[in-house]
Amino acid sequence: MAGKTLFDKVWDAHVVDTVPNGPQVLYIDKHLIHEVTSPQAFSELEERGIPVARPDQIVATADHNTPTVDQHLPVRDLLSRNQLKQLSDNCEKHGITLYGLGHKYNGIVHVMAPELGITQPGMTMVCGDSHTSTHGAFGTIAFGIGTSQVAQVFASQCLLLTKPKSLRVNVTGKLKPNVLPKDVILYVISQIGTNAGTGYFCEYAGNIFEEMSMEGRMTVCNMSIEMGARGGMIAPDQTTFDYVKGREFAPEQAEWDKKLAYWKTLPTDADAVFDKEYSFDAADIEPMITYGTNPGMGIKVTGNIPDKEDVNLEKALAYMNFKKGESLIDKPINYVFIGSCTNSRIEDFRIAANFVKGKQKAANVNAWLVPGSQQVAKQLIAEGLDKIFTEAGFALRQPGCSACLAMNDDKIPEGEYCVSTSNRNFEGRQGQGARTILASPLMAAATAVSGKITDITKQLN
Amino acid sequence: MEKFIKLTDTAVPLPIENIDTDQIIPARFLKSTDKQGFGDNVFRDWRFDHEGNKNENFVLNDDMYSGSILVAGDNFGCGSSREHAAWAIAGYGFKVVISSFFADIFRGNALNNGILPIQVTPEYLKSLLDVIKEKPDTQLTINLEDQELSSPVGELEFEIDPYKKVCMINGYDDIDFLISKKETIEAFEREQTF
Repeated sequence: MAGKTLFDKVWDAHVVDTVPNGPQVLYIDKHLIHEVTSPQAFSELEERGIPVARPDQIVATADHNTPTVDQHLPVRDLLSRNQLKQLSDNCEKHGITLYGLGHKYNGIVHVMAPELGITQPGMTMVCGDSHTSTHGAFGTIAFGIGTSQVAQVFASQCLLLTKPKSLRVNVTGKLKPNVLPKDVILYVISQIGTNAGTGYFCEYAGNIFEEMSMEGRMTVCNMSIEMGARGGMIAPDQTTFDYVKGREFAPEQAEWDKKLAYWKTLPTDADAVFDKEYSFDAADIEPMITYGTNPGMGIKVTGNIPDKEDVNLEKALAYMNFKKGESLIDKPINYVFIGSCTNSRIEDFRIAANFVKGKQKAANVNAWLVPGSQQVAKQLIAEGLDKIFTEAGFALRQPGCSACLAMNDDKIPEGEYCVSTSNRNFEGRQGQGARTILASPLMAAATAVSGKITDITKQLN
Repeated sequence: MEKFIKLTDTAVPLPIENIDTDQIIPARFLKSTDKQGFGDNVFRDWRFDHEGNKNENFVLNDDMYSGSILVAGDNFGCGSSREHAAWAIAGYGFKVVISSFFADIFRGNALNNGILPIQVTPEYLKSLLDVIKEKPDTQLTINLEDQELSSPVGELEFEIDPYKKVCMINGYDDIDFLISKKETIEAFEREQTF
């Protein structure tokens, strides 16, 4: 019998029951919730008179709809304020821990949970948010669910699911200088497309992922959903264990030793077989940007937009106001966003600060720097990065999802381009008519300084 | 959940690929705390311009096309997990979405809201879109019991998870099933060794 994959091991350990010729009942260890996708699930339970089964396995945060300035004041938008109040009321009523606005642990759900040690290897985790795939960086089965499923987990701590197929993405070799984890995942998606992973759960393997920090691994796993995969995982190793150890909710002493021994058994067996596999040479990857309206429409920053007959390409370029075959170098950019569950961790701000140090933000650029959590914001100050940003003409905002999906006031105006470290460049994603160019925090920082798209490789060499 | 057994109706063609959940329902409409009213804003930024005027070129504003079946391009529903997208599709009155490929989360959300996602081959989809464009009053019939789609393009047997099929036909949802498993789930929790 072939060996088991990391995914198999975690999945199989959580199967409660199997419906004959049907789905399996999968046990969920941790359920993360936020204000946007939970209210209807709470209502559903209340209408049916069903209690929340395991409130102590749920953690809530307010992130999608929150302002990134003046968080100490009442939220001005009434609909947003109501949604946030419902989350507080629901959590209080059902005994669920909430890290609301202003709490020292508040932040984007996929930044907050890992940094508090809530996310641990070998777990199953869900959240009503497709970027829950982020937590796979710890060797966790983590995936986004709809609100009906949020209600199911509330009611039973389980979900009915059909086991997905397995996919492995291998990247090996040596990365060029200034190629960041964001570039790696944008490159992979540009090569295999936005639906190559649909129906699959992905594992990222190879020395490139092994050598990445946890922050880098989270950036990669975060974007698994952008290639259609419900989730993406990386085998837990010493980097993972070192990151988790000592965090607020990490296991301690004997419990730690027991869990650690188990976590070490999780990596994919050498003889395991995947349903689908892709392999890439790290040397082929360069700093990336997107030119279109899905994350698969990416090119190296020095490259040209494809020139081919394709109605989808033409529709995307009409929206972006770009031409086939053109280079994006020197395109003026007025907006830069560094933030989102993809790239708002301390490492991302270290990279940006390191670049802008001693330079000045271009006068035409509105740059929004939004830390992923209160903890990241605090760390920024502790490391003096806030001063570097201020001296370079940048202002830091308060934590939240912000301009990644523009549910709050952080909207990019119509027709404007935004070089963004977020995960989606869909039409209108960052505001009606806004044009998003996805990139790494380094590319975003360089754009903010030059006021235009720049060949980062030339700048730094 | 409403039962779904059989449906005969006309269809609306939307031959755009990779229709993401931000197009189906833009994020600024996600502030509601109930499931009502999302249908009014389905495909909002394609249906209306920024001043709220109808975009006459968009198919939902074209009186020629109507019906409770949406026929859409490849990779329908990619992007976010927001179930608001399924509520918007259902709220507008669609009961079936036909495409050559569905994103995972949307497919699940649709099934949990009584919307039937039917996957057809790219060739079948192309012919079907052509037929509907040519003849907007084309009737399609969907029989869930037999898993059969009939159209002028031909009869096609579509796939659906057998469990989900039973749920759709009977109007059951997963919560009913999971609650019936309470004892098994509790036994599983007791056996956890890690």
